[in-house]
Amino acid sequence: MDIPYTVHNRPDTGIYNAKLGIWLFLASEVMLFGGLFSAYVLLRAGAEPGMWPHGWLDVRLGTINTLLLALSAITTLLAWAACKVREFGKFKFFHGCTILLALTFLGIKSYEYHDKFIHYEIALNDGTFVDGHLKEKSADFDLKKKTGTVTLHGRVVQDRKELMDLRMPAAQAAVLEEHVIQAADIKKMQNYGPWHNTFTAIYFTMTGLHALHILGGTLVIFYLWGPGSRMWKTDPERFTNRIEVSGLFWHFVDLVWIFLFPVMYLT
Amino acid sequence: MQANVQQFPPFREPGAAHGHDDHGHEHHEPGFWTKYIFSSDHKVIGIQYGITALTFLLFGFFLMLLMRWQIAHPTQPVPFLGPLLEKMLGPMAAGGAISADLYNAFGAMHGTIMVFLGVVPLAFAAFGNYVVPLMIGAPDMTFPRINMASYHAFFLGGVVMFVSFFIPGGAAQAGWTSYSPLATTIPTNGQAFWLVGMVLLITSSLLGAVNFIATIIQLRAPGMTWMRLPWFVWAQFVTAFILLLAFPPLEAAGVLQLMDNALGTSFFLPTGLAVAGKVGEASGGGSPLLWQHLFWFLGHPEVYVLILPAMGVVAEIVANNTRKPLWGYKSLVYSVLAVGFLSFIVWAHHMYMTGMGQRIATFFQATTMIISIPSVIILTCLLLSLWGGSIRINTPMLFALGFLPMFGIGGLTGLPLGLAAADLYLHDTYYVIAHFHYVVAPGTIFALFAGIYFWFPKMTGRKMNEFWGRVHFWCSFVFMNLVFMPMFAQGIKGMIRRMSDGGVNYSAARVPGAIDTLPGSIMELNTWILWAAIALGIAQIPFIINLFWSIKHGEKVGTNPWQATTLDWHTPTPPPHGNFPQEPHVVRGPYEYNAPGFEGGFAPQAEFPAAGQGHAQPAHH
Repeated sequence: MDIPYTVHNRPDTGIYNAKLGIWLFLASEVMLFGGLFSAYVLLRAGAEPGMWPHGWLDVRLGTINTLLLALSAITTLLAWAACKVREFGKFKFFHGCTILLALTFLGIKSYEYHDKFIHYEIALNDGTFVDGHLKEKSADFDLKKKTGTVTLHGRVVQDRKELMDLRMPAAQAAVLEEHVIQAADIKKMQNYGPWHNTFTAIYFTMTGLHALHILGGTLVIFYLWGPGSRMWKTDPERFTNRIEVSGLFWHFVDLVWIFLFPVMYLT
Repeated sequence: MQANVQQFPPFREPGAAHGHDDHGHEHHEPGFWTKYIFSSDHKVIGIQYGITALTFLLFGFFLMLLMRWQIAHPTQPVPFLGPLLEKMLGPMAAGGAISADLYNAFGAMHGTIMVFLGVVPLAFAAFGNYVVPLMIGAPDMTFPRINMASYHAFFLGGVVMFVSFFIPGGAAQAGWTSYSPLATTIPTNGQAFWLVGMVLLITSSLLGAVNFIATIIQLRAPGMTWMRLPWFVWAQFVTAFILLLAFPPLEAAGVLQLMDNALGTSFFLPTGLAVAGKVGEASGGGSPLLWQHLFWFLGHPEVYVLILPAMGVVAEIVANNTRKPLWGYKSLVYSVLAVGFLSFIVWAHHMYMTGMGQRIATFFQATTMIISIPSVIILTCLLLSLWGGSIRINTPMLFALGFLPMFGIGGLTGLPLGLAAADLYLHDTYYVIAHFHYVVAPGTIFALFAGIYFWFPKMTGRKMNEFWGRVHFWCSFVFMNLVFMPMFAQGIKGMIRRMSDGGVNYSAARVPGAIDTLPGSIMELNTWILWAAIALGIAQIPFIINLFWSIKHGEKVGTNPWQATTLDWHTPTPPPHGNFPQEPHVVRGPYEYNAPGFEGGFAPQAEFPAAGQGHAQPAHH
């Protein structure tokens, strides 16, 4: 006996095996991201008053990325539809677009990560804070030996709380300029990596996990677009199913971003 | 090929040619690696899971023996094994004695190994893989290669866990629950190994769960309607859903804790956390309670992952050996569905002591009491199934019968723990240990033994030795109770879990006349438990020998030695690749043991119409 319903629907359940499999997998994924979103809610609700950051991420870049993924959802759907009506050329075109859109998304995401990693907050011994992007470190800069200087492009604040809500008029109006800081004056220097606070921690974890999903989805779609598309000649129906199943995964990954974008960027 | 294939030859060599001509391409003899290591056959994968899980169970048992030695004789060198321990584990076992750190590592790993590498893989993955496709009349699992990947991820996870004992600093030491911030502040990389191992195990169970659900939904043979499924399949179905949906939040939590450990984030570290009198560098702002919520969101459903497949095994064996249908099949089905659903909303009854608030505690107390109703229905149905049966006593049946009162004790002693007021006193005492071990050790593990004795003839064509099986049962039964029953008394007297000195520092024996301390009589029990545990270990020797000896030398039996109705007993033994020479057509329910018109007085679930003819009323084709 061979395994039945690998390509055609089982009559009484109305579904073929792989499609059921991916839906079950996605149910599990919902719980995975659900756990992380719950973590986000608890961390944010439990944050000290005034210490949860707002406006730390670039809404413009986030919006572009949202549009890119939304567009890729459409091209994914069109690629599947092209398979359904047996137009291989159109399939190649649309899924080619999907791959390019996904790669652009990852490129923008990497830029945003990079921007956070060169963004420093420096606590000075006099109790003030310098916050800004790293411009230059002198050759002999060493925090432990207290030698050299570091140059940040940013601003000086008296209280860390002023750095938390960048949507406020005062923060919007702040003038950014270059500050040269002696290593000897530095109490603590830290960039905006995951370790900075619970917001950057959950931001990097959730968007990072999402980016891994994008990467995985892109690899699968690329395989089906390239070497895997040989199946088109031998078994177009099964190939179309593969496009449908990988498409379902892709739509889920898009959907996660639809939740991530407002939660991380807009609130 | 044309004959009605209900009478199979009594025994077939594995891999022997079996005449179905449409499969000619599969007849070449596969090599060792493809046949036993990289096999995608659900039966081979089931046996792989079974052997690996039994090995880990034995390993976890030895960890427990070492801990029991330490509890009974704190700081004394371990006899026989002491020098070996020191050689392998270095300063943690200096002088051959178990240090407090090593005790903690053993405790954490005993729990982890028994739950995630022992019982779940045996109950769910091994029995489920081997039996479920056979029972529903499927040729294999829906996704055979994903099934193979599931085992390999599991094996890799096991290796990572095992290796962590030998790294500097030793294995994880924060308990199998890995509570933060403890798990982040103990100076060993063992916790990182634990987390990576868990992610692999969760991946494995995800792949397995998807496969099980898809198989049960898609690959039921024609006529195998939902209410004709053997109850074992229902139990595995619900278990798979629990694994599918409850494990991911722990994976999320594991990723977060790994970030805390490796990247210095503060998901679970509160502001101003001081370790060893020094305020740490971490940014703070995290929530230790968050870890507990995410952990127990898996942790409690996991309890039902441990118990439901075991109940399924018991149900099959009870129906088979009472020679009558299960009492209340429909109640059993609806109850297992209710248990599966409710298991997701009881988790915080593990957290009454955390100060999460009275209102939340009240909610979870209510759901905990509610979930005991379907659980009791299941146990009652199994018990009532015995009523009026002509009971055959054999080793599988003995273990199944042993399961019923043992699980009963485990379940009923859980009620005081589910009530917040009583739990405040009993929390974290040996009473808790006794309670959940009664559920899992003489409960689930007895059911798994029953399953091994029961399905062994299907896997090998031979029965395990009956006499030594009974010796194994009676000795295990007595010594299990001698191990765990005293712990109730210790717990009620206030003996706390996880004390590496077995409570010496709290005992009245050490501080005469002190108030509210452990009396000498309670401390003495530690020694008794040690001896009972050693005896329990010795009682497993007949089983181990029996298991291997019977593969070659057991009594040869036919395809259906237990005269069972379900489909798994109506294939050749051992089943060939593809399981069924002809597609079975299921014509009746699973437990028609009272069928006078049939040979042997029982009616098999399926008929096997000759190929090409089709059944009179195939449900679909």
